[in-house]
Amino acid sequence: MLQVEKGGAKETEQRAVLKITDMDPKFKYEISKIPGGEKIMLCFQCGTCTSDCPVARFSGAYRPRQIIRMTQLGLKKRVLESESLWLCASCFTCTDRCPQDVKVADIIRVLKNLAVKEGYVPPVFKVLASSILDTGYAYRIPEMRIKKREELGLPSLPKGNPQSLAKLTERIGFKKLLEAKSE
Amino acid sequence: MAEGELKYFIFLGCAIPYRVSAYEISTRKVMEKLGVKLEEMPEFNCCGLPMDPVSHEMMLLLAARNLCIAEEKNMSIMALCPGCAGTLNKVNTMLKNDKKLREEINEYLKVDGLEFKGIIEVKHLIQVLNDDVGLEKITAAVKKSLKGLKVAEHNGCHVLRPKEYMGFDDPEDPKVLKALIEATGAECLDYMDEAQCCGAPTAGINDKIPLQLSREKLTHIRDVGAQALITICPFCHMMFETNQMRIERMLNEKFGIPTLHYPQLLGLALGLSPEELALDELRVKPTEQLKQIGI
Repeated sequence: MLQVEKGGAKETEQRAVLKITDMDPKFKYEISKIPGGEKIMLCFQCGTCTSDCPVARFSGAYRPRQIIRMTQLGLKKRVLESESLWLCASCFTCTDRCPQDVKVADIIRVLKNLAVKEGYVPPVFKVLASSILDTGYAYRIPEMRIKKREELGLPSLPKGNPQSLAKLTERIGFKKLLEAKSE
Repeated sequence: MAEGELKYFIFLGCAIPYRVSAYEISTRKVMEKLGVKLEEMPEFNCCGLPMDPVSHEMMLLLAARNLCIAEEKNMSIMALCPGCAGTLNKVNTMLKNDKKLREEINEYLKVDGLEFKGIIEVKHLIQVLNDDVGLEKITAAVKKSLKGLKVAEHNGCHVLRPKEYMGFDDPEDPKVLKALIEATGAECLDYMDEAQCCGAPTAGINDKIPLQLSREKLTHIRDVGAQALITICPFCHMMFETNQMRIERMLNEKFGIPTLHYPQLLGLALGLSPEELALDELRVKPTEQLKQIGI
């Protein structure tokens, strides 16, 4: 495994001989049954997604085409453990330009959701999620900011309803997902 | 609602009340001038977008809850943040069109006495301005033409993409924001990779790539001689404005490009003062630009 250090977050590149035993032939079917992943088999590896990807331009490791190919090949562990998966900015350029209508960004989201189930949640998402569950807002808006609104002539900020959110998200087991071990 | 009266729930999202209040202040001022009524949305929550990478279901529930709140008053939503507009609009369309998904989500919503009915619409600020208020009315309301000012625009990904859901403008050659800018009398310049992402969504994961992406865009904008950049997204604004001096220091560049929220630019043309439009919140001051247009 070759690790490329770039600006804080590690970008992990793995270069190794593929072993047939590392491949899970059912993985692509699993993905294709999840909403957003339906078209995984349609990718013919033209590379439009990677060449048009703004992040790929500056990242040494993030390559959407590779992620799609690894998924097709069933390299489940490698894909889901890959840190570069999380570099997708979800700008949807790949999705809009794919000649096969593969919905690349949606597939990457499906893979991230699976990675979370496997226990990998980047710390930033835990912070955002706990703020949403506690306050309704993705950021903990400081009291000072809320008070300043009056000074600025802005209407008071509506309060979130954490009880309602707790009820709604209990059944999908959202809190449990976040308790999973991080990194 | 009286005939012809425009009225929306204003959806602030999280980033704007957290640290981009100038966008909210200038939007409210401009909409008041144009006769658009904005109501506060009670007990709304995060649009859902930040949770999509963690749990698609969670994103759907967060968005659906917001939609239900608006449906209770039968009022459409106007969002200021493209992320919120894109997400709420996408989920609204998905739930309207996919009966199975709607039943599934309604089953969850039931525990809190909510039900998605599919009776409202979700629009971004520039859609409301372009489609509902109309360029004609905006042009007629201009009191002080910004003629002579050369600016560039940056839309932000989620008002344009995915095209399947937003679809009101061409993501490869966006025109709506340009037309709105030109309604003020200012000239809107073309530049390379106009519709490219600012990099903000990766900021929590990597600290260099987003700055490199913004640097590249600022370079293209500087190269065509734009005197200012106009945005319609709190996150893009943070990248180009709040972070501009950081980008200059880190990547050894000099830009000095004032970056205004579109309603700030429009507000100036409608005769509002820089104070009313919270222009003092900008770090890169548009002093020369204001002087040039006689303000």
